[in-house]
Amino acid sequence: MTTPDNRVGRIRFMDKQRVNLDGFAVEDPELGLTAMRSPRDPDPSLVITDGRVVELDGVPEGEFDSIDTYIARHGLDLTVADEAMSLTDVAFARLLVDPAVPRAEIVRLSAGATPAKLARVLALLRPPELGLAMTKLRARRTPSNQAHVTNRLDDPLLLAADAATAAAFGFREVETTVPVLADAPSNAVACLIGAAFGADGVLIQCSVEEALELELGMRGLTSYAETVSLYGTEQVFTDGDDTPWSKAFLTSAYASRGMKMRVSSGAGAEVLMAGARGQSMLYLEARCVALARAIGAQGVQNGGIDGASVAAAVPSGLRELMSENVMVMMRNLESCSGNDALMSESDMRRTSRTLPIVLAGSDFVFSGFGSIQRYDNMFGPSNFNSEDIDDFLAMQRDWGIDGGLRTVAPARIGELRREAALACRAVYAHLGLADFSDEHVDLAVDAAGSKDLGETDTLAVLSAAHAIRQRGLTVVDIVAALDECGYVDMAERTMAFTRARLTGDYLQTSAIFDEQLRVLSLVTDPNDYAGPGTGYAPSPERQREIDAIRQARGVDDLRAVQARSAVALLAPLGSARPGQGPRDVVIGVSPAVGRDVWRCLSGLAVTDVLREMLAGLEEEGCTGRVVRFNDSVDLGRIGLAAARLAGSGIGIGLQGKGTALIHRRDLAPLANLELYSVAPSVTPELYRLLGANAARHAKGGTPDPARNPYSDEAIEARYHTTVIALMELERRRMDAAAPPEELSLEGLQ
Amino acid sequence: MTEFRALSGRPVENLTLEAVRAGEISVADLRIHPETLERQAVVAEQHGNPQLAENLCRAAELTHLPDDDVLGIYEALRPGRSTAAELTVLSESLADRGLPRCAALVAEAAEVYARRGLTA
Repeated sequence: MTTPDNRVGRIRFMDKQRVNLDGFAVEDPELGLTAMRSPRDPDPSLVITDGRVVELDGVPEGEFDSIDTYIARHGLDLTVADEAMSLTDVAFARLLVDPAVPRAEIVRLSAGATPAKLARVLALLRPPELGLAMTKLRARRTPSNQAHVTNRLDDPLLLAADAATAAAFGFREVETTVPVLADAPSNAVACLIGAAFGADGVLIQCSVEEALELELGMRGLTSYAETVSLYGTEQVFTDGDDTPWSKAFLTSAYASRGMKMRVSSGAGAEVLMAGARGQSMLYLEARCVALARAIGAQGVQNGGIDGASVAAAVPSGLRELMSENVMVMMRNLESCSGNDALMSESDMRRTSRTLPIVLAGSDFVFSGFGSIQRYDNMFGPSNFNSEDIDDFLAMQRDWGIDGGLRTVAPARIGELRREAALACRAVYAHLGLADFSDEHVDLAVDAAGSKDLGETDTLAVLSAAHAIRQRGLTVVDIVAALDECGYVDMAERTMAFTRARLTGDYLQTSAIFDEQLRVLSLVTDPNDYAGPGTGYAPSPERQREIDAIRQARGVDDLRAVQARSAVALLAPLGSARPGQGPRDVVIGVSPAVGRDVWRCLSGLAVTDVLREMLAGLEEEGCTGRVVRFNDSVDLGRIGLAAARLAGSGIGIGLQGKGTALIHRRDLAPLANLELYSVAPSVTPELYRLLGANAARHAKGGTPDPARNPYSDEAIEARYHTTVIALMELERRRMDAAAPPEELSLEGLQ
Repeated sequence: MTEFRALSGRPVENLTLEAVRAGEISVADLRIHPETLERQAVVAEQHGNPQLAENLCRAAELTHLPDDDVLGIYEALRPGRSTAAELTVLSESLADRGLPRCAALVAEAAEVYARRGLTA
């Protein structure tokens, strides 16, 4: 038996919206489905006896689990503990947003605060306060961004082309991974080669199991790691097959091989593994962040990550995600701020999740912007993906902020993709790893995603990866191959990067390389925000880069577009004279028509519009003339002047952009008989009807008024900039002293 | 300017394309030197992060160990892999090999693992 659908149409319509594909959970602290406060969260406490922590957040030392123990022994600065813990939550929270309190002071106090304390403090911040705190507290002054570069075939040429593209767009870290584990060495090599073409100094990661990831790093093929996971409860930590000590050791192992490393945590992981102990996401994450600091990691990737949609399913979940990032900053660590998992089917909700962090600025505003197709993202779709790159660039420009990306000329993208794919093919061939056809190169260069490659030889990739690993190839082999294949600049570039790594500066907190291979980090580029007029602001050069999106158009661009539509019609025939006959109707056009403006906003040629109007007049037995009025750009005045010149006393006004009206000689300029105001949507049929109606007015008959076409497009967003430029072309042709000119009807009838 | 050396002892500025062409560069030339890590540890300490400093000092010790040993210690520290006694032996051997900070880490793990049921 089916239940009858009692929903009214309004509700059926709302139910169909994409946001209703998302899951929303009833808040349930027992399951850990609560963002920032659970009855089972402990009250903050820190008791120190003889320099030893004997109680931490309500737990006596004898009952410390392994996480408590590690934090208590290594994670806290006991010299400031009393000062930090005796601050009220509100007093502490206010310090975070007070521009007069420097970042260093927050860092100093936070080092003595327990996980529960920081969770309580951050839960007090409202969204704009979180934004301000993030702007002030992130470690690196210059914000940055990270890309995912993967594809479902592990195709090396596509990886190289896509890594070059990501680097060119400004991403300073490129993270790859594999659907097939054994392909990993090939992916690392392809991304290494590709990224070098896009920009200098991009860090590469190949996210795989620890032993292989370390091996790739030791050979200089990759340069950072971020998938070392931490969890907020001992049970889940153990289920993850690690302990705080094994993770601390691993952290040192990466550093010992010269690799930058950050840990990964975030809301929802414990809930998903049924191990949240009834505690809030923010409190459990506070334990992870304290542990990250305690084990000596330089940074944390958090803000939900794989569990982002769990946080997003509960009330205030997005506040919780952003609070996680701010907490990392308070602990003086690099924040790689999530946004790397698609948390909603709704474009609005996923934008709402990401935008505050982009506006505030983080060390990395994404811990993986999906620079490739959603279906090619082997981490799963990111919250923003390749279809969103232009949106992101526009958002940077809209708000005047630096989200790390930049516009690249389309032709340059094409060149870079080809160079990267060709170099990758050459290196693979030179090293005897694999041979790829010319057609494969062409497909990879052009591909929007791996589905555009057709069938590929995935076994060839596997065997190339196997060879890289078995032969122990290092970055030096890649450099030598690039050199011998004629890519000397890229070989030099890669060696310079290899040298830069060995100075160890990029092991410091929040380190990235800029394109001159200078390290930007907590040490070399410290955040000095202290209110308006301080902190990071894009340099004038960088601001120009942010502002100059490829879609921006000026008057000169429009003039050139219009010039391409010019035709040898509408020749001026001399001064227009008053008409005599009662069926004489004048179509008045604006000053640039027939000179600089040839095409209306609707895409119709101005001459076609005039042709329709003249035909409409003729159908109703009237005769039309076309007269250009040079003394005004105002449609009402043009229409009225046309009416006054017409023997019938009826005129049509037409601006080059396509707006049109019917006027009568005895009306005020701003009055009119009919108006087509939505120029982009006017059709040839409607222009013909306007002509016919003008004729009916001239004959004293009854017109059939046209209705302006309806559209749900963002008409103003699409056309206003063009309108402004068109009006400027009109204005430049305006000459108050020039008389109206009769234009030739040749070719219009 | 500070002179940096790779683990092999080769000055970093000698890692040039010419050296690659001459076939002079080995894996040890790509590895970071312990003194570099110790120097970075001092910087981290000065910038409010003694834990990062400690990590870099442990890392400096680990530069002396072969990769397999490093991965072997990591494996031994994972939950349920080692008895407390085995971890204690491991800790002593690290101390004997001149890795006191790593030895301390493993010794602490032995103690906590026994209490929290994380031993084999």
